[in-house]
Amino acid sequence: MQTFDLEAQGLRELNSSLHAQASDTNQTHWEIVNPKGSHAIAVGLDAPIEVNVRGSTGYYCAGMNKQATVHVHGSVGPGTAENMMSGMVVVEGDASQYAGATGHGGTLVIKGNASSRCGISMKGIDIIVHGNIGHMSAFMAQSGNLVVCGDAGEALGDSLYEARLFVRGSVKSLGADCIEKEMRPEHIAILEELLERGGCDAKASEFKRYGSARKLYNFNIDNAY
Amino acid sequence: MKDDHNGAPRTVPIQSATFSNPVNAEIRRAAATGIYDIRGGGAKRKVPHFDDLLFLGASISRYPLEGYREKCETSVTLGSRFAKNPIQLDIPVTIAGMSFGALSGPAKEALGRGATMAGTSTTTGDGGMTEEERGHSNKLVYQYLPSRYGMNPDDLRRADAIEIVVGQGAKPGGGGMLLGQKISDRVAEMRNLPKGIDQRSACRHPDWTGPDDLEIKILELREITNWEKPIYIKVGGARPYFDTTLAVKAGADVVVLDGMQGGTAATQDVFIEHVGQPILACIREAVRALQDLDMHREVQLVVSGGIRTGADVAKAMALGADAVAIGTAALIALGDNDPKWEAEYNALGTTAGAYDDWQEGRDPAGITTQDPELMARFDPVEGGRRLNNYLKVLTLEAQTIARACGKNHLHNLEPEDLCALTLEAAAMAKIPLAGTDWYPGKPGTSY
Repeated sequence: MQTFDLEAQGLRELNSSLHAQASDTNQTHWEIVNPKGSHAIAVGLDAPIEVNVRGSTGYYCAGMNKQATVHVHGSVGPGTAENMMSGMVVVEGDASQYAGATGHGGTLVIKGNASSRCGISMKGIDIIVHGNIGHMSAFMAQSGNLVVCGDAGEALGDSLYEARLFVRGSVKSLGADCIEKEMRPEHIAILEELLERGGCDAKASEFKRYGSARKLYNFNIDNAY
Repeated sequence: MKDDHNGAPRTVPIQSATFSNPVNAEIRRAAATGIYDIRGGGAKRKVPHFDDLLFLGASISRYPLEGYREKCETSVTLGSRFAKNPIQLDIPVTIAGMSFGALSGPAKEALGRGATMAGTSTTTGDGGMTEEERGHSNKLVYQYLPSRYGMNPDDLRRADAIEIVVGQGAKPGGGGMLLGQKISDRVAEMRNLPKGIDQRSACRHPDWTGPDDLEIKILELREITNWEKPIYIKVGGARPYFDTTLAVKAGADVVVLDGMQGGTAATQDVFIEHVGQPILACIREAVRALQDLDMHREVQLVVSGGIRTGADVAKAMALGADAVAIGTAALIALGDNDPKWEAEYNALGTTAGAYDDWQEGRDPAGITTQDPELMARFDPVEGGRRLNNYLKVLTLEAQTIARACGKNHLHNLEPEDLCALTLEAAAMAKIPLAGTDWYPGKPGTSY
């Protein structure tokens, strides 16, 4: 296992060391200590490695991740796993704004709560939040799945496209064009797999599904006021 | 003029300047449809522009360079502040960001071909990077937009520079919408959305707000790309002094400033014509911001919005820009709005030169469309050749003027080489009115 002291060795050396790992690297386990809320930790990774961050991070931890598994043993600042392509990011604590924003693939698991705009403009990522999520989450979400074991804040799924939203608790309000939808057996199956992947023991039957009413899909002046 | 029944003269019918025929037609159109007008292109209204400036040329106190014999350099380096690999261009005229989706694949290819032949860069747009464009562009700037359509780290690393788009001149403060008619299978797949639906592009980035966040976003992008790529920040011509200041503060290598004449693929006409400033009013304010920060020439300034001729290029550079970008002019060079398609423009209810319904995807020239039959009309090799020719002419014209002003590099052009024809231009460009040494607001004067 490679141990990297971020405070002593610096961000540039960390990321360039991680970027240097090829797909057949044998340095597959990395431990980052002393993150101390630094920004852009483990961004742009593209190898099947496992990175454990021992502490909390600042903005954009694991941004644009491909292949790697990044496990943060603390909380994360805004934009964690933004634009993730593949791989997995697990946050033991809470996540600030825009978690998983624009993610194209992979899995983001947040074991605490996520703040506002979780999954904004998501494009294929799966996000599983054990706790609650804040307002305007899944705004303009295009595809992928957002699972919320707790409650959702105001304007969930505003201007939603084809992403699926599963919420176990209450939803303070739904955003424009977001509606509750029937939970059919295929959705139960999808959700059960997501819950298992995210390490949740919640039952799929306890969730409601939300999706797009598809009324904003083509320009209509009545929607422009 | 007809006489009335009694033979006395009648008043001449007078059209209202306020309620002109075009204004009335728009009122009738709005009343009939209930929908505001959406169109492509930039501001069509007449605004103070580079035409309102003149070069003074050489005289006894300034001697010129020989037009065909003495060297006048045109090269420019963009991104020298922080990037390991700044972009070196042979000419200071770049191709502005235009999306695949708004434009056809062959049109993007032609832009790459022409720019590469001329030794300059082209730029992606909303919708991601296409192989046609990357493959034919020696220098490709990858736009990082609020929608993040098609954004991925592999393309980020394949780019030669990254342009974070905060806004554009046609619609500062606005997002975009690519109407469903232009959403082909390929466009839909690249943007990860269903085919045929209108695709909205947000007006704000989803994961940063304000200059402090932007600074951290730039750090992330630099870390992902090993600090190799120059990072541009593109802003619309709204508050150029403050936007330039904040872009520099956030860590930009290059500021791209787009005036209201800059085009767009599709936006409300009211937005295009009534929001933002002419580029003439923006350049000196951006330069002042750079000078106040002691960053002029350290952070390069690229300006766009209504660049048409080598004279425009030279004037923009004399006002302090390091380079310019062209969009609409490049499309015209490719064949957009060519009179040879007049009958088809007429069938669409318009005429060559006025066609701006790019959002409908029915472009007779096959450029702003995804229709396979229309696209097939456009030859990307010929388009590239035409664009290269046009870029060469822009450069030769700018060199001609620079030599006449005694400059051996386009970058040596300066405000002192110019005079203004109108008070408005004098005030906006801070260039003395012709025949005087004064402009409105000149320090030390009482006006």
